[in-house]
Amino acid sequence: MRQSLILATATRYLMPMLLLLSVFLFLRGHYLPGGGFIGGLVAAATFSLHAFAYGVKRTRQILRLHPRTYVGLGLLLALGSGLVSLTTGDPFLTGQWEALQFGALGDFDLGTPLLFDLGVYLVVIGATLAILLELEGG
Amino acid sequence: MLWSVLSAFALALCAPWLVRLRPAESGWILALLPAALSLYFFGQITSVALGVPVVESTPWVAQFGIYLSFYLDGLSLLFALLITGVGALIVVYAGSYLAGDAQLGRFYLYLISFMGAMLGLVLAGNLITLFIFWELTSISSYFLIGFRHREEASRAAALQALLVTAGGGLALMAAFVLIGIAGGSFELSVLLQQGDLLFAHPLYGAIVILVLLGCFTKSAQVPFHFWLPSAMQAPTPVSAYLHSVTMVKAGVYLLARLSPVLGGSALWQWSLLSAGALTMLLGAAMALGQTDLKRILAYTTVNALGTLVFLLGIGTETAIHAAIVFLLVHSLYKGALFLIAGIVDHETGTRDIRRLGGLVTRMPLIAALASLAALSMAGIPPLVGFIGKETIYHAVLEAPVAASFLIVLAVLANIFLVVAAAMMTIKPFFGTAASDLDAHGGHGVSAAIAAGPFLLAAAGLLVGLFPALVDARLLTPAAEAIFAQATIVKLALWHGINAPLVLSALTLAAGFVLYSRGAFLARAAQWGGRLAPWGPDRWYRASVSALLAGARAQTRVLQHGYLSLYIFVAFAVVILLGAIPFWLQGLPPLAVWTEQVQFFELIIALLILAAAAAAIRSPSRLGAIVSMGVIGYGIALIFIEFGAPDLAMTQFIIETITVILFVLVIYRLPSYVELSSRSSRIRDALVATAGGVLMTVFVLAALGAGTESRLIDFFAEETYPAARGRDIVNVILVDFRAMDTLGEIAVLGLAGAGVVALLRIRPGKSASRRKS
Repeated sequence: MRQSLILATATRYLMPMLLLLSVFLFLRGHYLPGGGFIGGLVAAATFSLHAFAYGVKRTRQILRLHPRTYVGLGLLLALGSGLVSLTTGDPFLTGQWEALQFGALGDFDLGTPLLFDLGVYLVVIGATLAILLELEGG
Repeated sequence: MLWSVLSAFALALCAPWLVRLRPAESGWILALLPAALSLYFFGQITSVALGVPVVESTPWVAQFGIYLSFYLDGLSLLFALLITGVGALIVVYAGSYLAGDAQLGRFYLYLISFMGAMLGLVLAGNLITLFIFWELTSISSYFLIGFRHREEASRAAALQALLVTAGGGLALMAAFVLIGIAGGSFELSVLLQQGDLLFAHPLYGAIVILVLLGCFTKSAQVPFHFWLPSAMQAPTPVSAYLHSVTMVKAGVYLLARLSPVLGGSALWQWSLLSAGALTMLLGAAMALGQTDLKRILAYTTVNALGTLVFLLGIGTETAIHAAIVFLLVHSLYKGALFLIAGIVDHETGTRDIRRLGGLVTRMPLIAALASLAALSMAGIPPLVGFIGKETIYHAVLEAPVAASFLIVLAVLANIFLVVAAAMMTIKPFFGTAASDLDAHGGHGVSAAIAAGPFLLAAAGLLVGLFPALVDARLLTPAAEAIFAQATIVKLALWHGINAPLVLSALTLAAGFVLYSRGAFLARAAQWGGRLAPWGPDRWYRASVSALLAGARAQTRVLQHGYLSLYIFVAFAVVILLGAIPFWLQGLPPLAVWTEQVQFFELIIALLILAAAAAAIRSPSRLGAIVSMGVIGYGIALIFIEFGAPDLAMTQFIIETITVILFVLVIYRLPSYVELSSRSSRIRDALVATAGGVLMTVFVLAALGAGTESRLIDFFAEETYPAARGRDIVNVILVDFRAMDTLGEIAVLGLAGAGVVALLRIRPGKSASRRKS
């Protein structure tokens, strides 16, 4: 595919924002609409935009890992987050929470569902990009 | 006892690593564990002989009555000693037999795993635990038979053994579940106390038939015996260990184990008697038609397994004594003979008895050991085989039914055994060799390889001379476990002149006469060759190829390769299945639209309809896909309008990515060459309309059913307290139904991998693949 200067330039500015949006959507899940699935899809769309603008080779470089590694990591993470509850004697995948206080910044709860959702996020990115990048040319 | 089984599996995992580290000594090192375990079980003899079984139990899935329980009584102990004792010899032997084989580590991994599984099987005190170990032995046997997996014959034999034994395993699982229902427990210690309960239960007949199916396939009873001779494709240590001393006796073990629970009925007795007698006679007769040492041994093993089942079928006190004695006798001589066959093969490169000869000058020690084992097999005093045969004759003569008929069968089978024993030793070791036999090759018989046959053959002589070494301490507790009453096994070489002795003499005389008449053997071989293609092997082959042909035929019909037809079929099936409830039960109350339609809702609806029309009419693929995207965005707008922001968000992104995907695919496709025909358009239009109507009815029916679901209240109330989240959809995804999500992302990952794999198959590559 021939590179388009306009698309390449636009992508350079759009990418950080889109990725931030993806992380934002991911993090706000659980309290507000969002979550790992949508966040992962936004990230995957962002990387495919990058692939359109700069070519698949560059995209694979900035991903560093092969998309299928993301799938594997995500599945392991989701599975691992479920195993945490076994240490406290709860059934597999019971959410375990730790309340964190950040003083002036406010409090928030950190729990294994967040890890689980991160797993979903990674699997969605990995599986979508594996297909998209393969289609876009090896 | 749990640790004894687990330690074997742990050692199996370390074995490949150990072999890489110390290839030369690995056999000796690995044999330390089975040797230590056999010492441990040896130490248990005294306490088990007191008649109190050792029971251990660890909860596993306690709510279903499944425990990792172990139960050590005389019967399990005898088997455990055989498994670990012979196991140690086999491990040492294999180290020398397969020395230099690059796959030795893998071999030990399978062999020692098998040992652990077999040990677990005989020690298991819970039927479900027993079943799992049972299946593990089938699987490890599959790997071991197929060890030379580059050879077609090995793979076929491995698959055959697996299909037959695992098929029986399925029947056995059903049997165990039924026993659990009928007897109220899976625990052997409980079941053994309540024999009459099962006997009177309506499920009794089904249980017995299923148990027999499982045991007869595993222990190669006619008509399931054909997998055992094929399994001789395995390396010889495997044949000796799995397919003569241990695994094939698992069926016999289970029959013996369940005898107190299920035995005693006419169904049980007659099934065992007839299958056992047939197998005993056919196995011995078919052995005479063979020329390969290992195949002769395999068929005589079939004979031995038949004999054991036959004796259990007679079921009297003396028959059970005979079964236990013969179990030990057979393990000793058959293990030795198999290992010797392996040595002969190793040294001369052939196992064909027509070519072998004069081996006594090349390996005098092995010749002596072979003679000892063969004499035991033929039942000649003072070897233990003589005692075994005497007790069998004694038991058959006392059989409560048809004794005079059964004794004829037993004597006939034993005459054939004498001939088979002579065939395997006289000519190969003391006769003349074929001129083309490699007379010099060979690596010399090492201590490691001679230790097994030496100890086994010597034990045969020792126990024959001094039967008191085993009868009271080892065999009596085992017989008591089967007979479920106090009984005493008393063995002696000399009983005075009585009927069994006369029969023994007759057997030997007839055997030698038959052997010395070469014409008889030639005719037997001829008959064997003529009958072989008509055995059950043929039915096995026919059913496997029928299965494959059926699979191919339905694949051809279902997997035609036309994408549009796949979609058509998928939608048509969904529509039909979805419509069936409405057709059977009539339409449910549908919701009636009462609200005022807003202006922009109308606009969105018109936009979607226009886009759908455009997609159908578009002359280019790109145009159709962009129109589809417009439909998707329109639906997302509806989601926003009706307060489902997360759905809308997902819909927008999915729609975008779908369009990207389509564009990428279409980039590679040619433009439409021809548009679909009028008739297929009408067909597609009908399916599409039906789908749309059905979907509309679904939605209206769902709305009409009202929202009295308690789920909504539950999630609304529990989302924060139980899962500390505020967005119900997300909390359901990652917490309440996280297990579903885990499954879904696993599917997503697999689907991704599958699509990538499909994309990598370029036309050129796939053609070359198909050829190979």
